[in-house]
Amino acid sequence: METGKVVQWLVQPGAQVRSGDVVAVVETHKGAIDVEIFLDGIIEDLVPLDVELKVGALLAHVRVAGELAATAQPATPLPHPNPAPSLVGAAVPTVAPTAPAPGSYVTKSSPAARKRARELGIDINAIGGSGINGAITVSDVERAAAAAASVPTPASPRRLHGFDPDQMRLAIATAMARSKREIPHYYLATTVDMRTALEWLHAYNKGSPITKRITTGVLLVKAAALALREVPELNGFWRDGRAVLSSEIHAGNAISIRGGGLIAPAIHNTDTLPLSTLMQALSELVRRARSGGLRSSEITDSTITFTSLGDRGVEAVFGVIYPPQLALVGFGSIVERAWAINGHVGVHPVVTITLAADHRASDGHCGALYLAAISRLLQTPEAL
Amino acid sequence: MGSIAMSTSVPQRLTYREACKQAIRDALLADPRTFVMGEDVGKYGGCYGVTKGLLEEFGPERIVDTPLAENGFVGVGIGAAMAGLRPIVEIMTCNFSLLALDQILNNAATIPHMSGGQFAVPLVIRMATGGGRQLGAQHSHSLEGWFAHIPGLKVLAPGTVEDARFMLARALADPNPVLIFEHIVLYNAEATLDSNVKSVDIQHARLMHAGAGGRADVSLITYGNSLPKCLNAAHILASDGIVAEVLDLRVLRPLDEAAIFDSVRRTRRCVIVDEGWKSGSISAEIAARLAEHAFFDLDAPIARICAREVPMPYAEHLEEAALPKVADIVREAHRLVRSN
Repeated sequence: METGKVVQWLVQPGAQVRSGDVVAVVETHKGAIDVEIFLDGIIEDLVPLDVELKVGALLAHVRVAGELAATAQPATPLPHPNPAPSLVGAAVPTVAPTAPAPGSYVTKSSPAARKRARELGIDINAIGGSGINGAITVSDVERAAAAAASVPTPASPRRLHGFDPDQMRLAIATAMARSKREIPHYYLATTVDMRTALEWLHAYNKGSPITKRITTGVLLVKAAALALREVPELNGFWRDGRAVLSSEIHAGNAISIRGGGLIAPAIHNTDTLPLSTLMQALSELVRRARSGGLRSSEITDSTITFTSLGDRGVEAVFGVIYPPQLALVGFGSIVERAWAINGHVGVHPVVTITLAADHRASDGHCGALYLAAISRLLQTPEAL
Repeated sequence: MGSIAMSTSVPQRLTYREACKQAIRDALLADPRTFVMGEDVGKYGGCYGVTKGLLEEFGPERIVDTPLAENGFVGVGIGAAMAGLRPIVEIMTCNFSLLALDQILNNAATIPHMSGGQFAVPLVIRMATGGGRQLGAQHSHSLEGWFAHIPGLKVLAPGTVEDARFMLARALADPNPVLIFEHIVLYNAEATLDSNVKSVDIQHARLMHAGAGGRADVSLITYGNSLPKCLNAAHILASDGIVAEVLDLRVLRPLDEAAIFDSVRRTRRCVIVDEGWKSGSISAEIAARLAEHAFFDLDAPIARICAREVPMPYAEHLEEAALPKVADIVREAHRLVRSN
């Protein structure tokens, strides 16, 4: 993702904004996203609508309270009835269209390669480098352009609910190609007995109004999130040659977009949400993902991705990690199978849970502990 | 006629030293205002033998032995030039030119400006430069980069026998002071002159080794005795599948920027080879200009190979270690071009 444009301002210039407010809708090739503000203050200098802007461009100035006081004590926030406009030039906090997207990172590239990439319309962050210390050179750019040219030219953009399917396809192609090029994946799978979980769920739902009922998928998401507390090595990012683990668990949930495409917005602090809240959050996320109302932080904050293809009837999914994340967890369909326990065969509902993990950051032993933890947590659904 | 065969229709094989001598002899024959002045240029024949035999041929009025007093005899040369003569002053080695720096900078380079154009200084100063002949730290340095700093001077660095043969006439024809730096290792270099070439310019760099079909992988930018090293490196690189352009700067002031930028725009990579010390050198100047004007054409960092930053050692193996080597050039070119 390189550019975006503001399609709607939800605030007027001069309005008081608070951290967390949604102030604008920005259209990107990942769809229309809501831009949150991370500062309290007066918003002004809003950029005009429908102008193509680079990622990182200025959208607006936010004058925080401290700036209104004289320069002597900028650190002390003081309420002030009449903001002094003459102070706007000094170290004004800014709002970017989005935080750097996961997958964007600083790459070494030669000046000539950057110039050539602009000429050819190639995203320099999406290609590998063969020069000194892995720097991207002109020939790398030209190779990438030749490869891109061999792909059929996309038709003119079609808009579906704020998404540009061609742009989204390109974003997926870039991220997935990078993943398979750079990340040494290892894969593990385990089959989990779901009888206890489903019986508990059945009873739970029976006693709840229809709007409060929860689905099996929520149990799986919760268990997989909780298991990350036990095996944190899979939760975080690969950055600058090492794993940077996240203390918070924000599970990105892969949601397919009607008309093609895929997006994996995060549910913040997945492991801390009660099942009913998680259920609401998931339904809400699916609805907003498909109608184009995701918030920027939901798109950028995922620390791991979960994908479920169970609805489509497949038993196992071996996923491709979304860089720079460290792992991806897949859930298959719940199916009835002959299941032997203590020498007796019965028919049990089972689900195959898979893990694709970055072997630079963790080893199979760690992945195995993780799948075992999910499996164990699912045996005590009441504790989820 | 003197002892030297002057036939211009037959290809002539000669040394750089002989080419320098023929150039001086031509100048003495062509213009009675021309004379040679310097330490040991007469009876001794020049400390590198360039002027050997000229005293006998032209006499002591035109081949003048001077005392060991560089500031004095360079000053005399400037006065003679201002008064209408065409002096060729020889300074034994550029290390000694520092004694004459006041005359060169404050008078030769400045008088045309200070006099509002009333006085020209059509002076030529030849000096030996460079290391590689075990002459120690007071006779082996490459200071041409310093003189290339000075407005009002032209600084020439003949790296070929042809330039040694023909640059002097152009330098004498120039109304401004021109410094010619002759590399001490090159004096014994031999080449066959192209009988069709009767003169050379003193404005342009020269592409000595070009890529095939206009494509090349790296520019080797150099002058003086580093030129044969770069040509040698280009041949080795060719056998490794790397096409190198070799650009002989020839003129260090004013620099032929267009030729430098053209070459780097073709190759997008360059190794600058300069026998001066790296800090504040002519290679630094070229690298800076590339960064200023050809930044977006660069596909790899600019590389420089210079002399080690030590007083030039006397011991043979240490001197060799201190000077740029063919293997260094090949290695740097590989580093810039590899894996593309």
